[in-house]
Amino acid sequence: MLYHDVLIVGGGLAGLRAAVALCDTYDVGLFSKVHPIRSHSIAAQGGINAALANHPDSRDDTPEKHAFDTVKGSDYLADQDAVLTMCEEAPTVVYEMEHWGCPFSRFPDDTIAQRPFGGGGYPRTCFSTDLTGHVLLNTLYERSVYKRVRAYPEFVALALVTDGDVCHGAIMLDQIGGKIVSVAAKATFFATGGYGLVYYYSTNALTNTGSGIGIPYRAGVPLKDMEFVQFHPTSLIGTNILMTEGCRGEGGYLVNNQGERFMEKYAPKAMELAPRDIVSRSIQTEIEEGRAFDHELGKYVNLDLRHLGEKRIMERLPGIRRICLDFIGIDPIRDPIPIMPAQHYSMGGIDTNAKTETAVKGFYAAGECACVSVHGANRLGGNSLLDTIVFGKLGSVAVDEYLQGCTFKPDERLLEARRRAVEEKVKALAGGGPERPFTILRDLRMTMSQNVGIFRTRDELNHALSTIFELKERYRQVGISSSKLSMNYELIGALELENMLDISHVIVLGALLREESRGAHWRRDFPQRRDTDWLKHTVATLGKDGEPRIGYSDVVITRYPPMERKY
Amino acid sequence: MDRGDYILLKILRYDATEPTVEPHFESYRVRIIPGLTILTILLRIRDEIDGTLAFRSSCRSAVCGSCAMVINGKIDLSCRVQAASFGTNTIILEPLPNLRVIKDLVVDMTPFWNMYEKVKPFLIRKSPGPDKELPQSDEERKRIDQYANCILCACCYGACPVLARNPDYVGPAALAKLERFVLDSRDDRPASFIENVNDDRGVWGCDMILRCIDACPKDVRPPDSIVGLRKQLLKLRIKKLFRKKGQE
Repeated sequence: MLYHDVLIVGGGLAGLRAAVALCDTYDVGLFSKVHPIRSHSIAAQGGINAALANHPDSRDDTPEKHAFDTVKGSDYLADQDAVLTMCEEAPTVVYEMEHWGCPFSRFPDDTIAQRPFGGGGYPRTCFSTDLTGHVLLNTLYERSVYKRVRAYPEFVALALVTDGDVCHGAIMLDQIGGKIVSVAAKATFFATGGYGLVYYYSTNALTNTGSGIGIPYRAGVPLKDMEFVQFHPTSLIGTNILMTEGCRGEGGYLVNNQGERFMEKYAPKAMELAPRDIVSRSIQTEIEEGRAFDHELGKYVNLDLRHLGEKRIMERLPGIRRICLDFIGIDPIRDPIPIMPAQHYSMGGIDTNAKTETAVKGFYAAGECACVSVHGANRLGGNSLLDTIVFGKLGSVAVDEYLQGCTFKPDERLLEARRRAVEEKVKALAGGGPERPFTILRDLRMTMSQNVGIFRTRDELNHALSTIFELKERYRQVGISSSKLSMNYELIGALELENMLDISHVIVLGALLREESRGAHWRRDFPQRRDTDWLKHTVATLGKDGEPRIGYSDVVITRYPPMERKY
Repeated sequence: MDRGDYILLKILRYDATEPTVEPHFESYRVRIIPGLTILTILLRIRDEIDGTLAFRSSCRSAVCGSCAMVINGKIDLSCRVQAASFGTNTIILEPLPNLRVIKDLVVDMTPFWNMYEKVKPFLIRKSPGPDKELPQSDEERKRIDQYANCILCACCYGACPVLARNPDYVGPAALAKLERFVLDSRDDRPASFIENVNDDRGVWGCDMILRCIDACPKDVRPPDSIVGLRKQLLKLRIKKLFRKKGQE
């Protein structure tokens, strides 16, 4: 058994930020299923929002204005106190990252450069070309090397151990060592990222299974607002690799097969820089109404950067150009980029407050796996990198408070019993039935993309729900080829699949029950936002029968009364 | 691809937990579809043919650096290589050289990370930061651009002929990382900090065969950093000589 004061699961921005803050005072273990530098934070492109007022057009920008934009973008489902906290912390954490070496792009006056992003009233998205996640993650990893954070790369979380009230640690699979280990900890901090892989069309990495959301859910921790799934407007057709919102922030156009900049019809003022939910619905409508192009890889509209010119593309969007050359063989300097919307981000997640605390004492969550909620029904571009770093930092403060004078001792017998149970499960999988994990996963992903997408209806959601019941039934017959614990990716996939089925169930049920349209959750059969009935968070808890129990909680509204969203 | 609809993949298999079984090639036939990358083929083999096949992958967009390997003799990220780009139906996959194989295409990256840590890969400041950002001009920022773009995939490490004969050599990626900080206008590291690469295990170990440039999927040129660091070290030596002379 391993022991740490603080067990952090996830080596992306949120986990690393918490680790570097806690490692001077406490014995911290940072467990990550890939090497921390491979975490999906690395793929973030466009930038991180902070009201630094560096841009000539943003001299009177303030954290308060940033908060308003975020709340309006969230379609008023975000908790306004938490949003204000995040936006007030934003300049501090951005300067901190800069002081630790983050190579942001610069303005002529030597300050951090900023660009406009969707739904923002001012250009406040700080960036480093189009590799902002890459430089932020490298900087925090470098900081963790400097601070000598104890990291455990390629350890996969399999279970969270609680006694109902208090968290005792987690069970991990050591992929290289080839063993299942229990990790006892006074505080456990999840920063495991999103669940893009439950969708067929997603911009996410192959590691973003959402298992880190399903694990605490199975241990009794509630999930919040899971039906709110962000579809990014611009993913490359075929691979669905992200084409940053920065393309439009730098002035890129969206054009249909009639040669029209169609956003004129949907958001006449903001145009291409309307929030993501609105732009994705607009593109989907163009596709459905026959104004898209055809390609063997699917229907698409064009993201046109050509008028920006070679110099600006090379300076501001070099990563996008590289991806286009590598993956579809076109050069955006000369050709428009064929794009379609795809799943991108989970607004929902593990139900936490603004201190990252959950319903279980000693268990914390931050970043995309968590739902504070600061993004409500729709996240603004540039706010997710911010979320990870701010709540990684604030989480460390909460953990520190909890551990001061904490006399709690994790129950080793409980942990060991749980470890043995997981080992039994692995054995059962290896001696299991004829169902292959990948066929169940493929069917799940197709069902989610076809029925729980940008536009939703009761019939489609009901269909998805019954499919998930069938898939759960099939999962009981799942089998894998080997029970070996070292480097057995098939085993990891099979174990994570169970969690993916669970969280998909919660997403679909929440979407079915929510009979309104708000932010990224759009019901064709209920096309209005209905504040009287639905201005509330969905909270899902695992029932004794293994099915989600859905309840609701209040939205915190402090200074911005809900209004109609117009852009 | 115009010679048949199938591709034959030969993968070098080995499991360090079963050392009595020698490394050997296993072959897999996969049907070609448009846009098929080496990584997508590997995923399909693991799903549909052989669940025990081991390889690393994550972002599938050539930014996370997980999936470096040898593809028909050339080191690259498996996610960005199109299966149809070779003009042959047979593709051979081998693990990254210069590192111990754990299983199949998964290598032990520990030596690579040890070298990375050796160069103190973090910004060093003498004084606490100001209330706002440290000023840096766009030109100063651009000076470190190519090195800041490194994704630490170890393609260069696998391609390096010096590392093949001398595992103590710090390698191209670590030296590029060191130069990234030495060139950063905000970094205060004392000049003496680069002394620990001032030998044959450091910058003088490089034979300038330049395989690392070809191998890099992100257009980083590690030899530029090695030349830069060598110049820096020579300057330091000359300064020291003059100081000694002055004392005499």
